[in-house]
Amino acid sequence: MKKEFDTTRKLYTLCILVEDIPGVLSQVARLFSRKGYNIESIVSGATDRPGITRISIEILGDELMIDQIAAQCRKLLPVQAVKILDEETCIRQENAFVKVRAARREERDEVIQLVNIFHAKVIDVDKEALTIYTFGNPAKVKALIRMLEDFGIMEIAKTGTIAIERGSHTIYDINKLREEYDYGKNVL
Amino acid sequence: MKIPATQAIMECLLEQEVDTVFGYPGGTILNVYDELYRYQGKIRHVLTAHEQGAAHAADGYARSTGKVGVCFATSGPGATNLTTGIATAYLDSSPVVFITCNVGESLLGKDAFQEVDSTGIAMPITKAAFLVRDAQTIPDVMRQAFAVAASGRPGPVLIDFLKNVTAPTEMVDYTFIPWRENRQCESIRHINASHQLKEPEVDRQDIDTLLEMIAQSQRPLLICGGGVVRGKADQQFRTFAERMDAPVAITVMGGGGFPGSHLLTTGMIGMHGSQASNVACDECDLLIAVGCRFSDRVALDPKTFAKQAKIVQIDIDRAEIDKNILTDHHIIGSARQVLEMLNEKLPQYQHPEWKERILPLRAPSVAEDSEKLTPQQVLEVIRLQAPQDAIVATDVGQHQMWAIKYLHFSYPGQLLTSGGFGTMGFGLGAALGAQMGNPDKRVIHITGDGCFRMNCHELCTVEHYGLPVISVVFNNGTLGMVRQWQNLIYGKRFSETTLDRGPDFVKLAEAYGLHGYRATNRQEMEEAFRQALSCGTGAVIDCVLDMDEMVRPMVAAGSPITKFLLTEQEASL
Repeated sequence: MKKEFDTTRKLYTLCILVEDIPGVLSQVARLFSRKGYNIESIVSGATDRPGITRISIEILGDELMIDQIAAQCRKLLPVQAVKILDEETCIRQENAFVKVRAARREERDEVIQLVNIFHAKVIDVDKEALTIYTFGNPAKVKALIRMLEDFGIMEIAKTGTIAIERGSHTIYDINKLREEYDYGKNVL
Repeated sequence: MKIPATQAIMECLLEQEVDTVFGYPGGTILNVYDELYRYQGKIRHVLTAHEQGAAHAADGYARSTGKVGVCFATSGPGATNLTTGIATAYLDSSPVVFITCNVGESLLGKDAFQEVDSTGIAMPITKAAFLVRDAQTIPDVMRQAFAVAASGRPGPVLIDFLKNVTAPTEMVDYTFIPWRENRQCESIRHINASHQLKEPEVDRQDIDTLLEMIAQSQRPLLICGGGVVRGKADQQFRTFAERMDAPVAITVMGGGGFPGSHLLTTGMIGMHGSQASNVACDECDLLIAVGCRFSDRVALDPKTFAKQAKIVQIDIDRAEIDKNILTDHHIIGSARQVLEMLNEKLPQYQHPEWKERILPLRAPSVAEDSEKLTPQQVLEVIRLQAPQDAIVATDVGQHQMWAIKYLHFSYPGQLLTSGGFGTMGFGLGAALGAQMGNPDKRVIHITGDGCFRMNCHELCTVEHYGLPVISVVFNNGTLGMVRQWQNLIYGKRFSETTLDRGPDFVKLAEAYGLHGYRATNRQEMEEAFRQALSCGTGAVIDCVLDMDEMVRPMVAAGSPITKFLLTEQEASL
């Protein structure tokens, strides 16, 4: 049977397990620009395995297009595994620092109240400004930022989204698909 | 043992049993060439006229011998001149290791003289690109580069050495390990764990599923793609096709994977596919493609392609599955291994009615008599006079399609053509590379006047190394394939395709110290080719052809495969 693809555009997260070698990030990122797609966010960080990095890329697209980029990605030699996650199958979170103008005491109190409601934290205080740290799903972070806009946002530093699959499956699982990709790369 | 870094590079080439390299020297690669001077008796270097020629030569050498080709170039323009050659090798999965040098560490990234980010440029057109900044890693990187180029789906690899890494003072710990051992050795793994070579099994369940599908099929069609050629699975494919008793369409890259003269062959498929192949594709109920990526020149319109059929793809590269055409089933593995496993269990089938429907659609392949020389006559002369096993290298365009249509290839590596990247100028470089690797065979270079002009300076290489390559120029005074499109699709507005200019190719051949001939009719062609075969040097035959000859049949890009824009016979247009 021919595979059927979901044609609705939505936000996908690609989790890519790569060997930590020079140029690997641009090798991966190139696959998106090649097809003319814009990366919504990209995060790269160490894993529990030495020499192995996990890159998380958020991208807006339909299933067929995501599948094709993932295929080209899996084909790269330093790529060990790729997981395509969408909202239903994973937990997604991001970090943000928000620097807010709050010169008057009432303003500061109000900001601190908001921060408490959102379970965020004030991590730096100055006579002119407060810096808030928040961690959570992208919708929550967005909502907090919206509320803080009234005070005057001076600067935002956000990480991209990191994602992990729900349940006991991991990105390290060996499956048929992963073995199939090994052929084109390494088989004598 | 400690040896100089450049010596380690040479020793690593010897480990891989490399005896021929192609290239062009320059500033940053001087140290490597200095070492090559000391290795003259062991490694033969072929100096071309241009780096692009060297790249195509290494590619042609690889395609025709099945070994990994090697090509040297200097930094900056040397490296960028290689890129067309690298991309050509990449698109056609040809194993070539390109070795370039770059400026020294202290100048890197400073826009130094002849500096360019070679590994960055090569990234999209190689399987792997290594920047070597530490001489100690030379043996590992070299071994790994050859292993990567040759294994799995083959392809080009670039190694870029910084100049300081190749300095005579750099000493490297080195032990000679023959490639058969070093591909398994620890050192390959420790740079990059995923480059470890594996030998997985083909999934038996997948094999059984396909056998079941075959049993239920009444109208099966096979496509022989480049994977059969690259995987040297021609014997296995032939057994498979004969047991299936199914028509076989051959892609451009599949030429040589299945005998062109076989009773089951329906010829090319796709844009210039035969009526037999294209109709079979449209009417079959099971399509099995081996080592074929369903490029837009084969599956012109993915929506209607093989619309009645269950489509099965056999490929070594998982990323090709469902890329251009959605498939019903796939098997991942080398063509040879998968076909062997299928053949073990495949009974003999008979499909007389289906063959009766398809095979008579094939066009007769005898050239008609005419006053003026025709492309088909040129190729018939070549087919009748050249040795059966002659290697044919083509450029790109009308002559390429005619050559593939009218010549019959019978073994992998007999046809060298730039099918994926469509590189004009590929042919002469590839031909001289093939001749270097196959001194006992004849090599025929089939080209057009447009393509020949692009790289004809390599005639000096042909002359210098005494290569008996025969260049047959299909000289119609135009960029024939583009003119054909302008004729059919662009209202006969022949924008910049008329090549009413020099040089005189006969005189050009003579200027390079080769034999030149001109043929304006069949008799002259027969005489010219006979003389070229026996003249003892390289030769150029200038075949004067009509400008409006077209490649038939033709289906326009994006059209359903049986919607012929041109049919086989002129009369029926």
